[in-house]
Amino acid sequence: MSIWSRIVNVFRGDSLSRDIDEELESHLAEAVEHGRNPEEARKAFGSALRHREQSRDVRLLTWLDSLRADMIFGWRQLKKRKATSAAAILSMALAIGACTAAFRLIDAMLLRPLPVAGADRMYLVAREGVDPIGSMRISESSEYPLFRRMRAAMKDQGELIAVSYANRVDLTYGSDDQMEKAHRQFVSGWMFNVFGLRPAAGRLFTERDDLTPGTPAYAVLSHEYWTRRFAADPKAIGRTFRSGNDLYEIIGVAPEGFTGTEPGAFIDVFVPTMMNPSVTRSDSSWFRSLAVLKPEVSPEAVRSKLDPLLRAFQEERARGWSSQTKLFISRFLNQRLVLEPAASGASGMQRSYRLSLWVLGVLVVLVLTIACANVANLLTAQASARAREIALRVSIGAGRLRLTQAVLVESSLLGILAALLGGLFAWWAAPFVVSMIASPENPTRLLLPVDWRVMAFGLAAAIAVTFLIGLAPALRASSVRPAAALKGGENPHSRQRLMHVLIAVQVAFCFVVQMAAGLFVATSERLANQSTGFSSDRLLAVETTAKRPQTQAVWDEIGAKLRETPGVEAVASSGWPLLSGNGWNGFIWVDGKATEALSYFLSVSPGWIDAMRIPVIAGRDFRPNEIYPGVAIINQAMVKQCFGGRNPIGLWFEKETGDGVSRDRFQVIGLVQDARYRNMREPIAPTAYVPYRPSDSGTGATRTFLVRSTGSDPLALSSSLRQQVSSTRPELRVSNIRTQLSLIRQHTVRERLLATLAVFFATVAMLLAGVGLYGVLDYSVLQRKREIGIRIAIGASARDIARRVTVDGLWMVLAGGAAGLLLGRIGVRYVESLLYGVKSNEPSILAAPAAVILAVTLVAALPAVVRALRVDPILLLRSE
Amino acid sequence: MPKPDSLQGSLDLLVLKILSRRPGLHGYAIMTAIEEISEDVLRAEEGSLYPALHRMEEAGWIRAEWIVKDTGRRARIYQLTAAGKKQLALEESRWHAVTSAVNRILRMA
Repeated sequence: MSIWSRIVNVFRGDSLSRDIDEELESHLAEAVEHGRNPEEARKAFGSALRHREQSRDVRLLTWLDSLRADMIFGWRQLKKRKATSAAAILSMALAIGACTAAFRLIDAMLLRPLPVAGADRMYLVAREGVDPIGSMRISESSEYPLFRRMRAAMKDQGELIAVSYANRVDLTYGSDDQMEKAHRQFVSGWMFNVFGLRPAAGRLFTERDDLTPGTPAYAVLSHEYWTRRFAADPKAIGRTFRSGNDLYEIIGVAPEGFTGTEPGAFIDVFVPTMMNPSVTRSDSSWFRSLAVLKPEVSPEAVRSKLDPLLRAFQEERARGWSSQTKLFISRFLNQRLVLEPAASGASGMQRSYRLSLWVLGVLVVLVLTIACANVANLLTAQASARAREIALRVSIGAGRLRLTQAVLVESSLLGILAALLGGLFAWWAAPFVVSMIASPENPTRLLLPVDWRVMAFGLAAAIAVTFLIGLAPALRASSVRPAAALKGGENPHSRQRLMHVLIAVQVAFCFVVQMAAGLFVATSERLANQSTGFSSDRLLAVETTAKRPQTQAVWDEIGAKLRETPGVEAVASSGWPLLSGNGWNGFIWVDGKATEALSYFLSVSPGWIDAMRIPVIAGRDFRPNEIYPGVAIINQAMVKQCFGGRNPIGLWFEKETGDGVSRDRFQVIGLVQDARYRNMREPIAPTAYVPYRPSDSGTGATRTFLVRSTGSDPLALSSSLRQQVSSTRPELRVSNIRTQLSLIRQHTVRERLLATLAVFFATVAMLLAGVGLYGVLDYSVLQRKREIGIRIAIGASARDIARRVTVDGLWMVLAGGAAGLLLGRIGVRYVESLLYGVKSNEPSILAAPAAVILAVTLVAALPAVVRALRVDPILLLRSE
Repeated sequence: MPKPDSLQGSLDLLVLKILSRRPGLHGYAIMTAIEEISEDVLRAEEGSLYPALHRMEEAGWIRAEWIVKDTGRRARIYQLTAAGKKQLALEESRWHAVTSAVNRILRMA
């Protein structure tokens, strides 16, 4: 028989004992049958129990058997105290679940290597430099002509891949009314080959599909999109779709599990970089460069090889510039190439959520520690209640190791149950957080598989928790001195010291979590309450596109039709909505001198200022016949930063045209108040609103109509507006309708997410710390009942008793609070970039956690004080 | 009569040998067989026999099964396995080596 049968025997212990007993019985019966005196036979046989034990030990794994016995005993102990066990398991499950969920998010966004060959040797080739606003920034984008040179230069060190930003675009498999959205990405033809990916159907791109600009219009679908959109139908290969003016043919499907190199977005359609019109331009940066190095090649070697290429390329570009400022050119030339490890891919989402996710991770670990401290205290209190039982077990010969094992098994039962429940919680919570980040416009999607990494993390958490909560009670149990314990005179204070330290730790961490919640809530609120400078009330942004540029008359006609739609209060148009993420910027010259600040521009229709309700300070609106360039309406920031605060009406400024040589001239005809254009955080930049370019410039293929409704729900107008556009001009269609409010809210998603989660964890931490404090105080009253009874009997006052019962705990709360304050002040330095308009030493930020902890302490201490005062000395002393 | 201890180490050999000659014996029968064949010189204590049987069963040298006897009582009978036969050969040769060595010493000394 094998180890297996010995394992099996552990779990059929009872029937094993029965078997052995029966065999021994039959032995005796046989002896009697053969004429032996039963009495004498039994005596000769010796102790049946001992034989059974010996045989049992031979036939099963003793350590496993003792483990099983401890499990059963531990389980009984847990069941005996249902309420406390459930509370312990639930609180730890919540904490472990939160930790696991945070790990899943961090893993999926930042850590997990892409499922491609050489992911560990993949680097993002970016450049580091001072941006036009003046801050140090990593820019990930590159120009294709430079990319070509770099790729050739590092040929023997590795492969360079161009991957554009995932873009949600309109495409159609049928007529234009059946437009749908899909994530499209331009990729180098050799990407699939370098990544070692095999097609799930059809074929993938090769280098030959990516040689000539403008051809071939092939597309590869992602497996996920193929399954979702075509139900994995092989006939999808060969179908065509139209996107923009290009008709693409589907040639294959990428393998399952590969969703692109941009964590946070699933790519639906891959197309060759050659299909991007910017592929020949030196002034357009529109993709990331990913380098997959050969083994043994150091990134520094590649960097030093490529850096001169960047410098040469930039110098070539700057050579023709005559009108740029010296500062701008020196910043432009002083960019430095960097190679960032990108095993898990590269995305803007990673950059903007990296710190937030780690902050989240730290918060949940703090909450987990608080929960563990709670349960450790609980178990310690219980261990002291069981001191006599343990002492008895020691005195009848139980090994100390065995006792330690018994206690650890009990805590591991708690840990395992909590981890299982926590796993369920994490299974739900991680996708939930992702859905909070996502918006209909920007559907964030993360691959969140429950794989060995997540499992290993869950297991590690369970083991860590087991030791955190079980080690102290286990060591205590194993060091029990039977004589002292059975006399009932063990020193109760030694135990309380540990419990009090744990309380201080809890309070400190609780303070940190409360403080973080306060900071993030304040940030979120202050950002949300930022004035935008315009009214988003009942305002819709109706993005309209045409297949080819339209004359201004057509757009005016559409505007007029929309204005006639019932329920519409005002209509105007602009190139794109404010705060939509789009931007157009450049430098301007006033009095022949270039200005330091980067200015922003937006094409708007007459009446736009009025429709947006941006207050006019001076001057007038555009007239219908005015075109770009020539006139501009500017904001206060431009007056301040570019015109030195003068009255700008009637003054002129110049703007570079984009070729770096010539300039356009504008006369300021209006001055309006500042309105937010790019985001909610940065100071409002100088902004000029300008008329549309003339129709023949080829830029009039899209307009965004701003529609203010009379009814309170502007989205109710959606279908009638769509109808109105397509019935007026069939060649136009509405590609997107969003409320201006949702555009604004999308700028504070991260802050709202952090605030919501931090408040949630702060609440949990507060409850746990409260319960923990209550438990310890209550327990210390129980421990000191005799002492309290005697004190009451000899006439101690109620105040004296209350003070004696609570003073130790209160000191611990104070010490913990002070430690928490210190920790919080240190920690806040690392999250400064996540905060907005709030300082860590603001009184409200410090007072709130202090008040919360004080309130919790009072509530938690009350029952213990009441219990102490209710001690009846007569009853107590009689029972002793 | 020698103390049971003197059987130490050779109990396995005796049990295996007996089972190889007479397969299907139960514990009591093995015990009496040892006594009978050794003409009451050797005696296996119950306290050593059963743990030894279970240990050898665990080691895979013997195989046990329950049978119902005429009396209606169940008995656990043992048989040698292939591994047991090998083990028996091993133990026998070892025994012969030891006894011949001891004999040599007795003769020489």
